[in-house]
Amino acid sequence: MVNADPDQPLVRMRGISKRFGPVMVLEGVDFDVRSGEVHILAGENGAGKSTLIKILGGVHEASEGVIEMGGLAVKPGSPLGANRLGISVIYQELSLVPGMTVADNIFLGRPMTGAGGLVRDREQRERARRLLEKLGIAIDVEEVVERLPIAQQQMVEIAKALAREARVIVMDEPTSSLAAPDVRKLFELIAGLKKSGCGIVYISHKMEEIEQIADRITVLRDGKLVGSAVAAEMPVEKLIRLMVGRELGEQFPRHVPEGTAEARLRVEGFSTGRAVKNVSFAVKRGEILGIGGLQGSGASELLLGLFGAYGGKRVSGKVRVDGEEFAVRGPRQSREAGVALLTNDRKGTGLVLPMSVTGNATLAALERLSPGGWRRPRAERETTREYATALRVKAADYDVEVGSLSGGNQQKVAIAKWLATGPRVLLLDEPTRGIDIGAKRDIYQLMNEWTRSGIAIVLITSEMPELLAMSDRIMVMHRGEVTGEFSRGEATADKILKAAMGDNR
Amino acid sequence: MTKLEARNPKSEKNPKLETRNRRVGVFMRSAGMRAVLALALVVAIGCLFNADGAFFRVGTHRDALRQASVYGMLACGMTLVIISGGIDLAVGSVVALVAVLFSLTVIHWGWSPWVAVPVCLAAGGACGGVSGVLVARFGLQPFIATLAMMVFARGMAKWASGGEKIATAVKNADGSYRYVDVPHIFRLIDSRVLGGNVSVVTLICLGCIAIGWVLLARHRWGRELYAIGGNEEAARLSGVPVRTAKGMAYVASGLLAGVAGLCQAAQEQQGDPEAGMGYELTAIAIVVIGGTSLMGGRGGMGLTLLGMLTIGYLDKILSVNAVPEAGRLMLTGGIIVVAVLAQTRKR
Repeated sequence: MVNADPDQPLVRMRGISKRFGPVMVLEGVDFDVRSGEVHILAGENGAGKSTLIKILGGVHEASEGVIEMGGLAVKPGSPLGANRLGISVIYQELSLVPGMTVADNIFLGRPMTGAGGLVRDREQRERARRLLEKLGIAIDVEEVVERLPIAQQQMVEIAKALAREARVIVMDEPTSSLAAPDVRKLFELIAGLKKSGCGIVYISHKMEEIEQIADRITVLRDGKLVGSAVAAEMPVEKLIRLMVGRELGEQFPRHVPEGTAEARLRVEGFSTGRAVKNVSFAVKRGEILGIGGLQGSGASELLLGLFGAYGGKRVSGKVRVDGEEFAVRGPRQSREAGVALLTNDRKGTGLVLPMSVTGNATLAALERLSPGGWRRPRAERETTREYATALRVKAADYDVEVGSLSGGNQQKVAIAKWLATGPRVLLLDEPTRGIDIGAKRDIYQLMNEWTRSGIAIVLITSEMPELLAMSDRIMVMHRGEVTGEFSRGEATADKILKAAMGDNR
Repeated sequence: MTKLEARNPKSEKNPKLETRNRRVGVFMRSAGMRAVLALALVVAIGCLFNADGAFFRVGTHRDALRQASVYGMLACGMTLVIISGGIDLAVGSVVALVAVLFSLTVIHWGWSPWVAVPVCLAAGGACGGVSGVLVARFGLQPFIATLAMMVFARGMAKWASGGEKIATAVKNADGSYRYVDVPHIFRLIDSRVLGGNVSVVTLICLGCIAIGWVLLARHRWGRELYAIGGNEEAARLSGVPVRTAKGMAYVASGLLAGVAGLCQAAQEQQGDPEAGMGYELTAIAIVVIGGTSLMGGRGGMGLTLLGMLTIGYLDKILSVNAVPEAGRLMLTGGIIVVAVLAQTRKR
């Protein structure tokens, strides 16, 4: 796929339309990628970004339109076909085989074989090692993939794309599960790829990232192209306006409610296994305590531990809600004490995807809603309607499977599940991960409403602007210990990052 | 979100009608509709190849349902387990164990059925309980735990019976045989009601399925099983009592295998330790043909009823047309594949 003319794009998609049954998800979209650029594909969830890259990656076939490479029309037909054309897509859900080694994964699907189809292991390992070296990634090629942290798995995925001599690399929200230093490493890698002449298509919801690496930006909304320009001509405000199609007020509308002195949640000397060591803090009624930290800080484990996800044996310390001590034993006991946890992985641990919106929204409150064991479908429907309306969940029908909703709406259903239990303390772990700007703003406003009604919130987020803007107080953790605490006024990104890296005050 | 809105561009005009039309549309594409189609197809084949009108006689339908009933009871329990994301391979052996116990207590020891029936059902439930504890408490894979219980229960059946069929010919101390009457309870279970048009076992089976349906669709426990099968970790973190709910599914399955064992003994008028071989696989086939997902989290008892009728009628149609057993088995295998392919294609 060598491209002689630098002005000609590596790949050009023209007039792409896609219909799923009667639903038009893409309408006449033009998109191209040039050598040595990062082309941001932006848009709210459901705007058609994923469909577009799936067409490019050979997962779907376009209903109309053509894909051209080097001036010739091509048809990827399948992911393998796309690979052969030099197009590689790295999806949000990584497509590595967890039980295989790094080297085997890199050559997955097209192993180096010798006589009789036997895999030439040693040569593969050698090639893989050289490849990773070239990319500046220090990973043992014989390590089994599932033992690597998620950030390194992502690097392996990129190496895999390069092993296939991909010239067009599509990355779908690659940083959604990465911590700041890993993001930096990824960006360095992307810079290297640009220099070597690859074209990168990059999907992200994080404005700071887009500002940082974009060369060109294309915005989709409701399946249509609404704007495309070089990065310099597309400031963030304009980008957001194009994505949402309406003016948004300030992005983070935190209104700190009138202060009270009462502690809703008080935690003393809390530890879980090795991940969290002797953590103490308190959250007042109506307060949002933000927890900052990098990957492995133990913040998620702290919330899981408080919620009883590890049971009662592996945790120690005192937990009080409204002054009343309760023994952490399991999610049921925590729920009864008024504690709710929104996990950071809505598909893996938050929602039952094959179940209906109603089924999910009432799951945590099921015992209250079915006195004597017999369910009351009408009460369930009413509860669902109440919270789904309050959260502005968009679904044609509350009987549809939750898995068929967009990410933002799924997240709202996961939240509705906990609101239906009438919580006093909300533990929110990455509440806005992977959802679009409109839905994010909805959730910020809801957080204001909840705190106004007296709920105490503990918020974990890996997005620095969100942490700074939404928290009334910020606690920073590093390797399971608290390494800093800042009031809203004194917190800055620098101070937080310093503490997060273990620099003690 | 826009996808869902775009599906109904006219929804502002008549939302009620639209909702209903969409619901009908959803049903037409649902697992239930496909199960109905599969059954309709089998019945149509029966009408076409009716073996000189044999398929239209009431007796044929009565027998088809009677023969499917024991499988139906097992499939009922299997549905609960499969929806929770598990599988119960032990049910066939539990049928044999309970059939042996029932014959032993009622025929040989002359127990009153008022005592024998609860004891036998408890034995079935206990087998399920052990599987349940192994799966829910000790985290064994359901396939392994129930495979072990399958072997163990078969051994128990052979041990309790001494390896022989427990029948109305009772061995005396001197080695001679005396014959006792077939117990009344056996005759009762194996009789027909409603003018001889319906077998009692069929009613028992439908009763089990009805209770199963109510529990699954209307009881909190049913919803918990769906949640566990759909995403066990999410269910646990929502405060669902995962262990209890999951364990109870195996208890229910064992209990229903116990009911099936009573019926089996009554129909055969003996307790055969070799009975019920491979029944678990037929039960799984019924559940799967109905459209309940082996991955858990999706399905229902109504689907299992349809699956049971499909398999039952298929078998009957092949037998009234005198298709030899070899052909019957091969055809059934093929049809399972076709049915499941039809179920999975749309997902």
